[in-house]
Amino acid sequence: MSNKQCKVLVCHGTGCVSGGSEQVYSLFKNELKNSGYDEDIYVKRTGCHGFCQQGPLIVIEPVGIDSQREGIFYTKVKTDDVPEIIQSLLPGGRPLERLFYRDPSTNQTIPHYHDIPFYSKQERTILRNCGNIDPEDINDYLAVGGYKALHKALFEMTPEEVISEVKSSGLRGLGGAGFPTGRKWEACSRASGEEKYVICNADEGDPGAFQDRSVMEGNPHSVIEGMIIAAYAIRARNGFIYVRAEYPLAVKRLKIAIEQARQKKFLGARILDSGVNFDIEIFQGAGAFVCGESTALVRSIEGKRGRPKPLPRARTSEIGLWNKPTLLNNVKTFANIPLIISNGPEWFAKRGTEKSKGTAVFSLTGKVVNCGLIEVPMGITLREIIYDIGGGISGGKAFKAVQTGGPSGGCLPESMIDMPVDFDSLSLAGSMMGSGGMVVMDEDTCMVDVARYFLDFTQRESCGQCIPCRLGTRQMFKILDDITKGRGRPKDIDLLLELSEAISRSSICGLGQTTPNPVLTTIRYFRDEYEAHIHQKRCPSGMCIVRMEGD
Amino acid sequence: MEKISITIDEQDILAQKGATILEVALANKIYIPHLCYHPDLKPAGSCRLCLVELDNGQLVTSCRTPVREGMVIGTRSHEVDRVRRPLVEMLIANHHMDCKDCAKKGRCELQRIRAYMKIPKKSLERLRLPEEKLPLDESNPFFVRDHNKCVLCGICVRTCQEIQKVSVIDFAGRGNNTKIATFGDKPIAQSRCESCGECVIRCPVGALVPKNLRRPAHEVKTICPYCGVGCGIFLGIRDNAIANIRGDSDSPVNRGNLCIKGRFGYNFINHPDRLTTPLIRIASKNSDELRVTSNEFNKDKGLSLVTCHLSLFREASWDEALELVANKFKNYKGEEFALIASTKCTNEDNYIAQKFARVVMSSNNIDSSARLCQAPSIAALIEATGIGVVTSSISELEKATSILIVGANITRSHPVIGLRVKKAVENGAKVIVVSPKEIDICRYAEIWLRPYPGTDVALLMGMSQVIIDEELLDTAFIKEGCENFEDFRKSLEDFRPGRVERITGVSREKIAEASRIYATSKPAAILWSTGITQHSHGTDNVLALVNLALLTGNIGKHSSGLYPLWGQNNALGAYDTGCLPDFYPGYQAVAHPEIRKRFETAWEVSLNPKAGLTLTEIFQATLEGRIKALYIIGSDPASSIAPSQKVREALKRAEFIVLQDIFFNETARFADVILPGASFAEKDGTFTNTERRIQRICKAIEPVGNSQPDWQIICELARRSGSSGFDFNSPEEIMSELASVTPVPHISGFPTHNGKGRFTPLEYRIAAEVADIEYPLILTNEKNLYSGGLLSQKVEGLNILRGKGFVEINSKDAQDFGIKDGEMVQVISRWGEIKVKAKVTDAAPPGVVIMVSDEGTINLLTNPSLDPVAKTLETKVCAVRIVSQT
Repeated sequence: MSNKQCKVLVCHGTGCVSGGSEQVYSLFKNELKNSGYDEDIYVKRTGCHGFCQQGPLIVIEPVGIDSQREGIFYTKVKTDDVPEIIQSLLPGGRPLERLFYRDPSTNQTIPHYHDIPFYSKQERTILRNCGNIDPEDINDYLAVGGYKALHKALFEMTPEEVISEVKSSGLRGLGGAGFPTGRKWEACSRASGEEKYVICNADEGDPGAFQDRSVMEGNPHSVIEGMIIAAYAIRARNGFIYVRAEYPLAVKRLKIAIEQARQKKFLGARILDSGVNFDIEIFQGAGAFVCGESTALVRSIEGKRGRPKPLPRARTSEIGLWNKPTLLNNVKTFANIPLIISNGPEWFAKRGTEKSKGTAVFSLTGKVVNCGLIEVPMGITLREIIYDIGGGISGGKAFKAVQTGGPSGGCLPESMIDMPVDFDSLSLAGSMMGSGGMVVMDEDTCMVDVARYFLDFTQRESCGQCIPCRLGTRQMFKILDDITKGRGRPKDIDLLLELSEAISRSSICGLGQTTPNPVLTTIRYFRDEYEAHIHQKRCPSGMCIVRMEGD
Repeated sequence: MEKISITIDEQDILAQKGATILEVALANKIYIPHLCYHPDLKPAGSCRLCLVELDNGQLVTSCRTPVREGMVIGTRSHEVDRVRRPLVEMLIANHHMDCKDCAKKGRCELQRIRAYMKIPKKSLERLRLPEEKLPLDESNPFFVRDHNKCVLCGICVRTCQEIQKVSVIDFAGRGNNTKIATFGDKPIAQSRCESCGECVIRCPVGALVPKNLRRPAHEVKTICPYCGVGCGIFLGIRDNAIANIRGDSDSPVNRGNLCIKGRFGYNFINHPDRLTTPLIRIASKNSDELRVTSNEFNKDKGLSLVTCHLSLFREASWDEALELVANKFKNYKGEEFALIASTKCTNEDNYIAQKFARVVMSSNNIDSSARLCQAPSIAALIEATGIGVVTSSISELEKATSILIVGANITRSHPVIGLRVKKAVENGAKVIVVSPKEIDICRYAEIWLRPYPGTDVALLMGMSQVIIDEELLDTAFIKEGCENFEDFRKSLEDFRPGRVERITGVSREKIAEASRIYATSKPAAILWSTGITQHSHGTDNVLALVNLALLTGNIGKHSSGLYPLWGQNNALGAYDTGCLPDFYPGYQAVAHPEIRKRFETAWEVSLNPKAGLTLTEIFQATLEGRIKALYIIGSDPASSIAPSQKVREALKRAEFIVLQDIFFNETARFADVILPGASFAEKDGTFTNTERRIQRICKAIEPVGNSQPDWQIICELARRSGSSGFDFNSPEEIMSELASVTPVPHISGFPTHNGKGRFTPLEYRIAAEVADIEYPLILTNEKNLYSGGLLSQKVEGLNILRGKGFVEINSKDAQDFGIKDGEMVQVISRWGEIKVKAKVTDAAPPGVVIMVSDEGTINLLTNPSLDPVAKTLETKVCAVRIVSQT
């Protein structure tokens, strides 16, 4: 075959980078340059491919043929493998079978990206270009149609038309609460005031969640383009991306992307020579989980202590940053916008359920064979995610529960495994979509300990402003801690339920209000485990036993 | 106001529209538990205890939810209780419940809530209790912070933000580790805390409590004795002693706010150092004791005051002492006698004092330390506007659109007026600060001009020049209400921007910007204090300010005008009541024969027609032997008048000195007889504050020891001298006589001869001393928050916070002169030298060093140059050099 345009895509998501993909990449560069093959073989960095467990990942793409199908997928690549991979790409070379993905259930090797079950059940739209383009090169994004949506919005649509398309797409906020995006845009656009702001909430803080990070690292321009379109729609001139300081790679790539976008006149004064002005500033969070809450985030940008504002208060879309109307959306919500504008709302609404349109991105982790970043259509069942994409429970153990929505979410038992995954079904079951963490638990997991883990997190991260959250989470954590250590008291379950109700009904913000969810769902679905700990001083999963005996 | 009807707990209530549910409930005596709500602050909605149930089943925080027509509210419903009960239980379980020993016992909101909700001990036992105990912060001498009792309601944080507006404290940490902390979580005494105590009085629990708290048996409403603001206070009394002080929220002056001195500085009243009996000198005036300086006098040498004055004086009865004084004074009638009246005594005391000098002693040599403060303002204002007083009230300041603050470190010298300025800023006012030093109010300023000390006339005339140049003047006002404009305009020729820039060191752009703000943001007020008046051209400075106000029509209108800020509580009162060498009460000229005749009729005596000497002239005359007897009431010329060495020489020279005071001060060492006066807490009368509000002070305790109210002492002395007209039974009787001899002031227009305000052409004159080779630095001074004369020095906590005196020097100068931060240096002027610690700071501009004015020692250095009109000393500019001691 003609190797003239062979492409080696080296994943540069945080997972693969920590596995050594940067070294692999530079070795490729050097080797190709030294051998003179750099004319024929083109190596580039990409964002996350999602299958982080198998990293560092490399995809080989012969350009010109349907790359979607033909991508050869190498897993766990080390620098030692680089010379051999180069050899394999030369005339007469053959793919390296030892680096193929091996399906643990069948023990068969699978050479092509899209034949791997982890990918075949997914529908990657937001993530589609993440593993495909160089996130530090705007030209790569432009080559896959980037900023065409912006062009279309600016020159073919009025701001009202943009809002109307977003509305009819049915897109709901992907930060967790699922508020209809179009309605938020409309409210913000109607709010009075010359000065308005667009803020991208990239303060992803749930333990085990990394979807937003992957999007920013893998395809930062999709977020920026979404923000510019939003700014055009609501007539804002300034924007902020509020990103955790714990995401240095995302910050770096966003900075590069913003600079490149400015050079190409997508940002700044008179965007693409239109009359539209908009620029984006990156604001790095200082490590408080609660700053993901919209009003706390706004205060944080204002230079104040990040504390949520109590109700009754005006919506941020009306009175937000510096008391101006402010549009605040999640990273993935913005990343969806260019797709909706380019492909039309009908295309977007094709996926998902009646009330939850489009796709959802999850960080699939825990006791599941295939961990990683996945994108699935709304309405897919938990079973499909865990067994088809996740490859089932690792080590042949039995499934016990799945936790969604991070510290605000709940634990769902096996009886609910055929439940569709969408905003409304999850909250009905006592959990929530949240930011998109999904932790799978097997028979060895102690559900009291899981609840204790999440309450430990929230009691540390409570902003301390309101009594229910500050003292309530602390009290619940202490009780759960006692239970797991064999010090539970007979009425502790009732006390936990009593406290849960008080906390969820009186806390100022969503953080406090949803804090009891892990406790409530584990009591609802696994009460027997609590009772065993309290009354028999026994941990049914065997996890807490050591600690109990030690007491 | 529109009323709406709502129902709370099945009770129909007519509520104010716009009020919150909690406000309406509390106003109707329906208690809803709350911790973070305080009527003076914006509702935070953070404690969540004030939840109520609406008829749709929704639970809302009543402190943030406004009432709506037809609202049906349940404050004690089952649902509310179910949600609130666990919160209160956790709060109590998390609180160190040593209620028995707690200073807040019986006044604790948490105790009240627990009682209201009837929470039994049993229900707390279900909960897990905290293990950790946090250390107390006892660093502030006046209050204790106890984190273990803190409920994190944030009232203290919001008080500091919204009321005092210094934001010293905030929430720190997260979750269970959340606490109220200063920057860097340092002890509060190491923060910028101004110890105003506003947070302490608002803390609902025992987390912030005053030290040595004693609960008063009853309270007496009166006026704070410290500065010219004249805050209303309640003295809490127990066992004939002051137990506490709280601000009077009904006072239009302070509306309940107080500064550190007003709230905590009352220990001087019952201080063991109080003079309690008359004393008569036994030692010769040439005794070595006179060489002991004031610092050594106090503690350093271990010489107690009692042993010290016992070696100089013996105790005497009132009878003996007054007989002696009356007999002695007989020999000095006329020009040989002078009376120094007190800026701390009441109007009634002062009226009697000047009457004594004029009627009994036939002398017009009457003055007070007000001479050193705002005499130039009186002179200039009378000259240009016809009346020597502030033109608007303190409370109007909040509505000013711009405020020019010149020569006043307002947050320290007049802290409660400082609050009004900050409030005005919050309301959108633009503040222009003119100060060589970077002072606190600069942080709230739109623009800060930093002129070289002593160049105010150039700066202010330069501003007038800009206003005329840019046609920002109020032509109609000038035409109708003013005179002498053309002469004034001509004199501005000398104040072109380039020249002004070179004289003042302030760029012409900045001067122009400040001028524009002042001239266009109306109404505009001007505030000034001793930074303007204590110059050899102090009267010119004030005239320059008056010119600015006339030029822009910023006078005689609401929230505009001229605000001279008086330092002492009754300095203005001393002047108003006639403690002046050239004016009878009410600024009626001694020189005017008709007026004199009127007073002769009223007082039934023939009066000395010759105007007397001013304060500074009195001591010059004493030094020269022309004045031989001095009656000094409630003042300390030995330390308050510069140059101190000269004044002390004069005091030594005098043949007979009577000092009447509440403490043994520096001047006391030169006295022949010392008479113990009663403090403000021990007498009735009136004080006149800086806005000329005459306010009633009320006797709260019996005079300490054998001390007596000053008016009583003077009246008795007059009687013993054989004079009539001093048979007063009460301050009230004195006030009616004072009123009968004082004209009613004008109500509208300028009270000048033709009803017009007068522009004054001015020229720039340099200060008496300028930096030269030998004395290359200019010493100026400022007010310290913790200083209020001798009274404050008797308050231990204020002494602790004030610390030792220091001289502030710019880092560049420090480098040039080899001065290290914290080292002892010698400050040397043409007039004297002192040793003091150096503080290297860029708050002082290069070329200028700054000391605190209340340290009497500064008068050892400053020069005797006088303002030619008001005879006020040039305390603000003095050439010095600084020599390292190491």
